[in-house]
Amino acid sequence: MQISQRSFASAADEITVEVRPYKAHKIEPPSTTVTTNGEELLKFFKTMYQMRRMEIAADMLYKAKFIRGFCHLYDGQEAVLVGMEAAINWKDSIITSYRDHCTHIGRGGTMVQVMAELMGRQAGASKGMGGSMHMYHKAHNFYGGQGIVGAQIPVGAGLGFAHKYRKDGGVAFAMYGDGAANQGQKYEALNIAALWSLPVIFVCENNHYGMGTAEWRAAKSSSFYTRGDYSPGLKVDGMDVLAVKNAVAFAKKYALESGPIILEMDTYRYHGHSMSDPGSTYRTRDEISNMRQQRDPIEQVRKLLLDHKVVEAVELKKIEKALKKEVDQAVEEAKASPPPEDSMLWANIYKDTLGAHTRGLDSKIKVALR
Amino acid sequence: MKDDSRAMLFGEDVVFGGVFRCSAGLLERFGKERVFNTPLSEQGIVGFAVGAAAMGYTPIAEIQFADYIYPAFDQIVNEAAKYRYRSGGAFNCGGLTIRTPYGAVGHGAHYHSQSPEAFFTHVPGIKVVMPSGPAEAKGLLLSAIRDPNPVVFFEAKMMYRTAVEEVPTGDYTIPLGKARLARPGTDITLVGWGQQMGVLERAASVVEQADGISCEVLDMRTLLPWDREAVEQSVNKTGRLLVSHEAPITSGFGAEIVAAITKRCFLRLEAPPVRICGYDTPFPLVYEPVYMPTEAKIVDAIQLTVKF
Repeated sequence: MQISQRSFASAADEITVEVRPYKAHKIEPPSTTVTTNGEELLKFFKTMYQMRRMEIAADMLYKAKFIRGFCHLYDGQEAVLVGMEAAINWKDSIITSYRDHCTHIGRGGTMVQVMAELMGRQAGASKGMGGSMHMYHKAHNFYGGQGIVGAQIPVGAGLGFAHKYRKDGGVAFAMYGDGAANQGQKYEALNIAALWSLPVIFVCENNHYGMGTAEWRAAKSSSFYTRGDYSPGLKVDGMDVLAVKNAVAFAKKYALESGPIILEMDTYRYHGHSMSDPGSTYRTRDEISNMRQQRDPIEQVRKLLLDHKVVEAVELKKIEKALKKEVDQAVEEAKASPPPEDSMLWANIYKDTLGAHTRGLDSKIKVALR
Repeated sequence: MKDDSRAMLFGEDVVFGGVFRCSAGLLERFGKERVFNTPLSEQGIVGFAVGAAAMGYTPIAEIQFADYIYPAFDQIVNEAAKYRYRSGGAFNCGGLTIRTPYGAVGHGAHYHSQSPEAFFTHVPGIKVVMPSGPAEAKGLLLSAIRDPNPVVFFEAKMMYRTAVEEVPTGDYTIPLGKARLARPGTDITLVGWGQQMGVLERAASVVEQADGISCEVLDMRTLLPWDREAVEQSVNKTGRLLVSHEAPITSGFGAEIVAAITKRCFLRLEAPPVRICGYDTPFPLVYEPVYMPTEAKIVDAIQLTVKF
């Protein structure tokens, strides 16, 4: 990211930034000149920092055994979601994989909902019934995290179909990783979406490792933006929130007019694939620390804010401190929420419970459920 | 893999040993031509394995969790299982073994806990094997790999980290299709497989001490084909039958056993056969302990059945 030489002091003043060139497949790429302002940059900084701290808190809660089972963290990839949300609105729909904690935040969900869901509590995004991989926010068209690699992609094409059928002007974002990009169902979904010109944006978050396997070991072509064949694609610097915002705005316009487009976001996850993966057996520690030093999405925005004199460094430190406190409060609030009612075991399987009942550990106690 | 140069092992991240370290050290011993990682493509993994098996190889394919086997369902049901039949015996994929970890693990929730064995027992042409411990796993896995039919081999996920047992060294096989008498008894027959065996045996000890009830415990080992004779023989002796599995009760494999044994042993039964299984719910996150066919539920059912 090159920064223009002019500098501003007012948050509302326009700031112009040159982003890295996009690589394009079967389409003329958007301009690399992106406009923003201090207010927007500050918002990006806050949201990304909040996401980062939330994932770090989840890591600690996991290690303290408050969170059990499966948990996939998003830190490092924040610019993708934050840039995306800056270019779209909540009438557009999103469906994603199991790495979904921050998607929930991006869609306007709360940290308490995320944290409580992680711990299986009533205040959780799916009432404590799903856990890490299952955040949902219906009011803002977030169709959730999915547990099966790639299974959300055809569903995303279906969301696009509904947008088109209803003529509501919305687009559907089907998000998946470089690992899932080799799943057969992705190509079935793309074919149908292209055939029927559905407003679907296939977002491949390429963090370069499908679990423990490097992209080039799993994919004959790891130029995922070209793998829509007949559908256009862009490769985007997914560590640069402004590059993402610009590309997503471009893609939304294209998708509404002409059908599906693939956005490959070149990004990086700092944590391992899941909590059972230390993340250091298949890549070097140098690679991770270089990424943190050179391309960290939050640090890039911090630099812009300081270079353009939108805020003082000390201001940002204060913001960080306040956000850390917010995260801590959310954790406490989530911990205070009770586990789901026993009756939830039988709820929501069918619309009605089909007369199901549960009983205690022996035959003498029987509890009818609502 | 030492004896069969055509044997190869592949799946997601198996080169590093896989999620549960099952294949640790195999790369070093057998090389990257025979031990290799695949993309995250379950349908592709099984399709590829079926093709290799049809060419006379012995593919040992891993699906990382049984919950991920559904994208490969078509390849297993329509390609692998029917290859021999639909080609009039010209082709087969008998060398194929699909290994996959199944079952509850304490906190796995919807997509890392399921027991999908019953789906596969509905498919003539494949075998379904579910070992109940480390030594059993070794003996049955070697038999599954050598069996001239495609085998789906479900490994008890909970036991990867909890089971401690002496395992026979060297070549060791256990025949497929034969049940194991885990505990002889006279009052009721308890039937299970996989990691549920430990629960059944503990329940048997509890009722023996508390009520003097003598349970005969059978480990099915193989669900397709299953050892009807062993269960029939036992139920003819005890007059009572309890089947237990983690999968939801409705259309679980317990239903098949109960139906077949009721017909075969009708006049010998002293009580209605009973099934203690998972509930008909998706596998729950925080309510796993409620969902599970626990020792206490089995003890209760044994007592009621014996008193019937």
